[in-house]
This record gives sequence, C-alpha cells and structure tokens, in this order.
Amino acid sequence: MTTAPAHAGWRFRQPSVIPGFGLTLGFSLAYLTLIILIPLSGLIWRSAALGWTDFWALATDRRTLKALEISFGTAFIAAAVNVVFGTLVAWVLVRYRFPGRRVVDAMVDLPFALPTAVAGIALTTLYAPTGWLGKLLMPLGLKVAYTPLGIIVALVFIGLPFVVRTVQPIMEELDKEVEEAAATLGASRFQIITRVLFPGLAPAVITGFSLAFARGVGEYGSVIFIAGNLPYKSEIAPLLIVIRLEEYNYPAATAIAAIMLALSFAMLLLINLVQTWSRKRYG
Amino acid sequence: MEVRVVNVRKEFERFPALHDVSLDIKSGELIALLGPSGSGKTTLLRLIAGLERPTKGAIFFGEEDASQKSIQERNVGFVFQHYALFRHMTVADNIGFGLKVRHGAARPRAQEIRRRALELLDLVQLSGLEKRYPAQLSGGQRQRVALARAMAIEPKVLLLDEPFGALDAQVRRELRRWLREIHDRTGHTTVFVTHDQEEALELADRVVVMSQGRIEQVGTADDIYDTPNSPFVYSFIGESSSLPVKVENGEVWIADRPIGLEAPHAPTGEAVLYFRPHDVDLLDGCSGCIAGTVAASRRVAGTRRVELEIGGERQRVEIELPIDHPAAQKSRVAFRPRRWKLFPTA
Repeated sequence: MTTAPAHAGWRFRQPSVIPGFGLTLGFSLAYLTLIILIPLSGLIWRSAALGWTDFWALATDRRTLKALEISFGTAFIAAAVNVVFGTLVAWVLVRYRFPGRRVVDAMVDLPFALPTAVAGIALTTLYAPTGWLGKLLMPLGLKVAYTPLGIIVALVFIGLPFVVRTVQPIMEELDKEVEEAAATLGASRFQIITRVLFPGLAPAVITGFSLAFARGVGEYGSVIFIAGNLPYKSEIAPLLIVIRLEEYNYPAATAIAAIMLALSFAMLLLINLVQTWSRKRYG
Repeated sequence: MEVRVVNVRKEFERFPALHDVSLDIKSGELIALLGPSGSGKTTLLRLIAGLERPTKGAIFFGEEDASQKSIQERNVGFVFQHYALFRHMTVADNIGFGLKVRHGAARPRAQEIRRRALELLDLVQLSGLEKRYPAQLSGGQRQRVALARAMAIEPKVLLLDEPFGALDAQVRRELRRWLREIHDRTGHTTVFVTHDQEEALELADRVVVMSQGRIEQVGTADDIYDTPNSPFVYSFIGESSSLPVKVENGEVWIADRPIGLEAPHAPTGEAVLYFRPHDVDLLDGCSGCIAGTVAASRRVAGTRRVELEIGGERQRVEIELPIDHPAAQKSRVAFRPRRWKLFPTA
C-alpha cells in the first residue's frame, strides 16, 4: 500500500484519498481542547490545589457520598426504565401505523425542548400529595414527590427521548425478511423478538442507555423541584455542588465535581467498551 | 412432498396479484417460476411458504391442506434473495436456529444440533467456517449458509426466492450447478423463482412461465423453447422475431404475396408470425419468401445480426446471418423461417 517500510507497533493511520486529514484532525483536537478539556482541567487543577488529605476528607464526607449514591443510583434506575419503555415506544412508532402517530413521534422530543425547570415544576404539581396523581398514589402508600422515587420520575422524563431516538433508526432498518426467515424456521413470534430482533438492537439500546444515564447524572433543573432535597435522603450531587458554591466553599464544590467527573468518565468508558465489543461481534 | 396449488387468487388491497392459479408439483421435482417482474412469481412462492395467505383457493402439501396452517407449522425451507441471515449469530448458530427453537421432545440435544450444523456446512462446502459471522462471508458463501439453514429443519419443500439474484455472473453459474447437485443428492421438492431464463431452463426439471398474475405455460426446457404456446412465451423465452401476416386458403401472406409457408389448420384472417432469428433459411431468389432491405447490422459473437425492413410497412425483423455473408447496408436479403408459429390476432 505504501512505499514506507512497515513500522512495528503503533503509528498514525495512513491518510486516505479523502484530503484534509491533518487539518480536520488538528481542528477537532483544538476544538475539543477549547470546549471540553480546558474547562475540565481547570476543575481538576482547582481540586488538585486542595492537597490529597483535604480532598480525601471532602470526598469521603458522608453527605457527599450519599449525594453521589443518590445521583448515580437514580440515574441508573431511570436509564434502565427508559431502556425498557423507550424501546417499546420506538417499536410502536416504527412498526404500527395509527392515527396520530406523527403527533406521538413529535411528542417524544418534548423533554429535549422543554426547560427542565418547567418539567420539574409540572411533575411536582402532579405527584405532590395533593396533586392529581399524588392523590391517587397516596392511599397505596406510594410517596413520589420529595423522595428518591420522585428523582427517578424526573430522570425518566428527561431521558426518554435519548433511548427512543437512538433505537428508532436502527429498528427502522431491521430487515423484514430476517423475521420471515425465522418464522419459516419455526420460531414463534416471541422467539423471533427475543432471539432475533433484540440481539440486533443491543448496540443501539446500550447507546441509548448510556446517553440517558449520562444525562440523568448531570440533570439538575427538573430534579431539584421534585426531589425535596433532603440531605442524606433526596439530595443529588449537582445540587450539593451548588449548595457548596453558595456557601463560598469552592474547594468542596470542586472536589465533588471532580469525583463526579471521574465516575462518569469511568462508566461511559466502560459502556463504550461493551459497545465496541458488541459492534465487533454483530458487525 | 407433492405440492398442489388449487385455484389460488391473491389480491393486495383490491389489486389482483394472482388470478386463479393452479399448479401441480411432483415430489422431488425441481421447478422454476419464471417471469418478468410483476408477474406474480414471488407472490406464488410466498403463498406456498405461508408468508402470504391466499384470498381464494387452497394449497396442499400431499393430502394436507397447508393453507390452514401457520408458517411455523408448514415446515418449509425458504431462501431469500438477500440471504436474511441472523447477523448476531455465528454460521453454525444460524444453521442450527430452526432446531434450537423447537419445543420439548422435538428439540434435539445441543450436541446433536451442532453435529447436524457441521454436517450441513460440509454439504454446502463451507467446512471450517462455522465460527464466522455472516458479515465475514462473501455473498455466495452467505447464500450457501442460508440454504444450509433452510435444509436443517428437513423441510417438506424448499423454496428459493431469486436465490442468485444478488450475486455476480460467475458465482451465479457456479452456484447454479451446485444447487442442481445438492438437489439430486437430497431429493427435496424444490421451487425457485427467477427472472433469468437461462437459469430456469438450465436448472429446472420443469419451468413455469408466468405473466401478469397468470401461468402462461408449464413444461420442460424443450417444451418451453420449442413449442411456446403463446406470443408472450415465444417472445419472453429466447430470441424471437415477429411479423404481422394474413392467413388465406391455408397459406401465410405478407401484404399481397404468399411467403411459402403452409398453415392448413390456422384460421383465416389476421395473425402474427413468430420465429427464431437463427432458425431461418437464406434464399437467393424470392418466390415465396420474406424479403427485406438491411437497415442495421451488429456483430454478435460468432454470427451477425441484421435488422431487415420488410414491405411497404417497413416492419422490422431480426435474423442471423453467417459472418461471411456479403449483406451490406441497403442490400436485399431473402429468407424463410425454418420453424415458426402463428398466433391469430385477437
């Protein structure tokens, strides 16, 4: 392919016939540095200035740990719920033709567009003990608003479009013939769905999950209205950061932020690896 | 397994795709459904498979009325033009799928399924590729896997929908010969759809020629080629030329001249004369022949094809000439078809 002698080990990918490799790579790196890397390294810089002992003390503070647990836990559950119902919504939108399908399709995007505070207030009004839904759930012993359950409800709302919009296009590409082939081989409708269709959708579902999860971890606006924000109970990490900021306790705020950053990065990396693996298998 | 299609009609949203089609397929036969696109051949195949339900009529597998059964119960092997393999499964898992989804006692043990998959892989000459994924195979290999997968369930009939349509010419020819071998070895009743007449005539025991939702003719390659029973079959299969003629007193006339063809049984009146361009006698003089001036000529492999303009109407027909024939532009050529057929104008 090239006249250069083959190097052992790592080297730059050979430029292809498409020109502008150097330019676009340089631009992308500069852009990512400016937009993501510099702000984030500022964060790490500030928390590094704390010194290891101080940082560790702030990081292992019980309230911080609890807030992190709530943030990641609720985001995980909400993403899991969204994977199930988001896939279902995508299925209905792709597979069936019914009056008002376009309207439903457009509705899925509303959580993207709506100011999150509006969503939070609306959900709180609904689920508060005196609200329409809260009133019905109260006798069942279910308290949604001002509990972690409320946080999950808000995050489900926020995360739904991420799953639907990543799964939908892949589902649209599913080949009808593959299902027919499975049917002629004797597979029942249920077997076709579980053994043929879902494994094919897995990479898209994982992407949807990671997007919804990442969004849930970082969500602030909608959650603070419905959560009630009781320390150790329903206080999320982003809110704790804001509280620390308002107390002018910048070191504590940056420490929490740095931990969130590290955790999020680790989880997204993991999800990405899972995905690369499944892509490689299913090509 | 013998398959009988009885008076089947299929409509898609009021638009008829098949009109009252009947067809008997003998056990162990290799049958081709041949026709242009829109002729209903794929619809007929899908009806046999159970992927579509007939609007009217019935389909029998042996004595059983298969149209009452679901696709899953019919036990047919179906091979799709674009393979329709399961992308997330290895080749071996693809082939074993039909056995794996069976319930209870009907499902062989995992080891047995694997053994069968490897055996079939060997039959389709892909031994050693059982761990690959479909994305890692060529088109021809994928289609072999699809065939092995369809045969794994020991189907009553094997149905192939343009099985070689997506492959290049070389692979096509190879797979065609190979399919014939497989068929002869396994003896499955096989129906395949194609729009490639060469494929149909070469491969099938009998060819079903279809057009506009109807069966035009059913017969061996020889029947179809030598004695086409309709103008459609005559012009669809092989090369053909046609000329409007008149039948009078048991003779064929063009304009006011008899052309030396006797047709004692043909009804008097307008008709169309069909013949094969290569099946003509060239004549010197012209008393009782067809004569025309050369309007165009092309070299086609070992022969020369010329277009002749016949008579005052300037009807164009094609005939084949030997390479060394001196016919040039505008020169006159006279000929008489050796074998021909008349179809009265409706």
